[in-house]
Amino acid sequence: MNSSQLFGLTTLAYLLSSAVYIALFVFKNKKIGGAGTALAIAGVLAQTVAMGLRWKESYDLGIGHAPLTNMYESLVFFSWCTALFYLFMEFKFKNRVIGAFVMPFAFVSMAYASFAKGMNQEISPLIPALQSNWLIAHVVTCFIGYGAFAMAGGLGVMYLLKKSALDKGLAKDSLTGSLPDLKVIDDMTYKTIVFGFLWLSAGIITGAVWANEAWGTYWSWDPKETWSIITWFIYASTLHARFTRGWSGSRIAWLAIIGFVSVFFTYFGVNYLLSGLHSYGQS
Amino acid sequence: MAEKKKNPVWEIFASVRLALFLLFTLAATSIIGTIIPQNEAPGFYIERYGANLARFMQTMDVPDMYNSWWFMILLTLFSLNLIVCSLERIPNAWRLVTMDNLATDPERLKKMSLKQSITLDATRADAVTRTTGHLASKGWKATQRGLDGATLLFAQKGAWTRFGVYIVHSSILIILIGAIIGSPRVAKDILKNPLYAFKGSVNIPETQQTDVIFSFLEGVGQLPLGFTVRCDFFNIEYYPNGMPKEYLSKLSVIENGEVVRQVEIEVNEPLIHRGITFYQSSYQPYRDFILSVKNNETGAGKTEIVPAATQITWKEGGARFGIINMETRGEVVNRFKIWFTDDQGEPSKFWLEPGREAIIERPSGNYTLSAKQLYATGLQVAKDPGVWWVYTGCGLMLLGLLVAFFMSHRKVWALVSEEQGKVTVLFAGNANKNKLGFEKTFAELAESLK
Ligand code: HEM
Repeated sequence: MNSSQLFGLTTLAYLLSSAVYIALFVFKNKKIGGAGTALAIAGVLAQTVAMGLRWKESYDLGIGHAPLTNMYESLVFFSWCTALFYLFMEFKFKNRVIGAFVMPFAFVSMAYASFAKGMNQEISPLIPALQSNWLIAHVVTCFIGYGAFAMAGGLGVMYLLKKSALDKGLAKDSLTGSLPDLKVIDDMTYKTIVFGFLWLSAGIITGAVWANEAWGTYWSWDPKETWSIITWFIYASTLHARFTRGWSGSRIAWLAIIGFVSVFFTYFGVNYLLSGLHSYGQS
Repeated sequence: MAEKKKNPVWEIFASVRLALFLLFTLAATSIIGTIIPQNEAPGFYIERYGANLARFMQTMDVPDMYNSWWFMILLTLFSLNLIVCSLERIPNAWRLVTMDNLATDPERLKKMSLKQSITLDATRADAVTRTTGHLASKGWKATQRGLDGATLLFAQKGAWTRFGVYIVHSSILIILIGAIIGSPRVAKDILKNPLYAFKGSVNIPETQQTDVIFSFLEGVGQLPLGFTVRCDFFNIEYYPNGMPKEYLSKLSVIENGEVVRQVEIEVNEPLIHRGITFYQSSYQPYRDFILSVKNNETGAGKTEIVPAATQITWKEGGARFGIINMETRGEVVNRFKIWFTDDQGEPSKFWLEPGREAIIERPSGNYTLSAKQLYATGLQVAKDPGVWWVYTGCGLMLLGLLVAFFMSHRKVWALVSEEQGKVTVLFAGNANKNKLGFEKTFAELAESLK
């Protein structure tokens, strides 16, 4: 078994897991929930092994480096962080319906990595600028943050769905009835953003240190850096709105979604739509 | 309550509403520079956006918006906001940290949401000792005060974490101070000393040296280094698939005519000398070549830099040699065809890769020959006296975020009182964050005294 086959199985596991969670949400059949969790765990395990294998394979090719260095590998890692973070939240908050809003991110990210046109899946050697331990620290910290923000975005959508159903006076046993209480979702969203903000800050800082080691400039306002700081400003305002002006509920839910859109743009949009140093996407 | 300062300007800067507005404005305006290409020549903007729009952009400094006057104003307002907002609140935090919690009215303890009463079969003095010991065994160092008919114990943890927020806020200011200290513009325009902080570059051909670099900042030009840097050697290594693996320069630092350091630098491994950092950033191949030959018996040798198809005559060594052909990829030479003769018999002709050595067996003896293309190494050169401020700020920010988000100020009171021969201990407590977590700790603390 090589890493690509295992990544294939991971993708399948995440697809099935998402399907089960969505079924759980739609049909409110609590019995199947366990299957969703089992599939998600199986997926994470397979993916962990696969990433380890890919790492080893790179050494077998004589160009050993951690599997965190191009678009494909970063998508895989993003998917892993999201799934892992979701599972952690599921165990902490003992609620499975959230999976319907988060696991699809993990699946789509894997599927996109595996099937997108022009995605280079090969293990390629590192160009000189990427040969730095700061690169690893930078990617790991950023993507833990991104995983958390994906979760927060999913929670935001969930909040708004439930809220609008309640506002329309839909009965308790309607589609959104199985979602956690608004207050619980709100609390989870906030905590997730706090967690993500810490890692995003660390990600921006490690990136700056790396740039300074490689080029002698810790900040050059290239589009990727700029978008990461825009994202950081958005979440900083979200947190301040919350703990100094008492914002909660729908407004925080919207901000969680806007924040994730900004994360998404930092990650993808910049690579495909704008130009700059971080030309990850082109390879 | 602290006295209210009524200065309206101060009031504005003390408001979080302004902070939200500024954070949002900074985020929104930052987008502009990611869409409109920055630092292009004026003609670029005219061609792309038309003369009128381009003129407007120039007045608004859009082509260099992150250094524009209005962006600087935004950042200044942001900093003032941060300073005033924090100054306004620090006294309150200080009060919360240093307040006398033993002065808390016992009646208030009874109204706290976290409380638990435990009856002990002991005298009041014993109960106080036991409770103090119990708290200490759980890491709560209690102080006490006698009230009439009761003793109040108090312990707290993490009071200082109230300052976490201010660690974060000051870290942002420290980073901005570092950015100002390290700014080439500030050095040039305000300090009038462009040598204080600069960014620039220099190309040094192999075997050549320089004691100046060229600033990136318009109107600065050459900057003297105060010492000399020589490029002894430059090399590119490739992976089997042809991707570059490593750019390497061997540099010598020369002071007062003496080589004081010899260092190999690569991308991500710069040379730092006297606060000036040299980064491997590019290279320039030339159409000249370095040829070296050595007679292995006598040890005599010759090195020369020549263009292709030029014959080198080595009189003392009694040999002539040169490059007669080569294979290139772009501007980079992959293989040389060498011609060598000692005028005894047929000349030797053979292919040689750059950086490799060839042993040539000739009637007159045994020679070692090597050839390589001449390169100039491209160095980015920077002096940034503010970078340690920035790094310190970054470290403090992470530390402060950890404290602000994940640590809390927790308080526990224990009121030991005696009524009609019965001794009760009333525990009460609160935490400013993570209340659920503290509830568990508190319950456990109270329960285990029984
Ligand atoms: C992007 C920059 C900023 C960051 C990263 C930041 C970060 C933080 C953090 C981590 C907290 C603590 C939250 C908590 O206790 O859970 C906080 C609180 C606070 N911040 Fe900021 N902040 C920023 C900008 C500002 C600005 C410009 C102001 C100016 C008014 C401000 C005002 C406050 C206030 C009033 C609090 C609440 C303090 C309290 O608990 O009494 N912040 N900030």
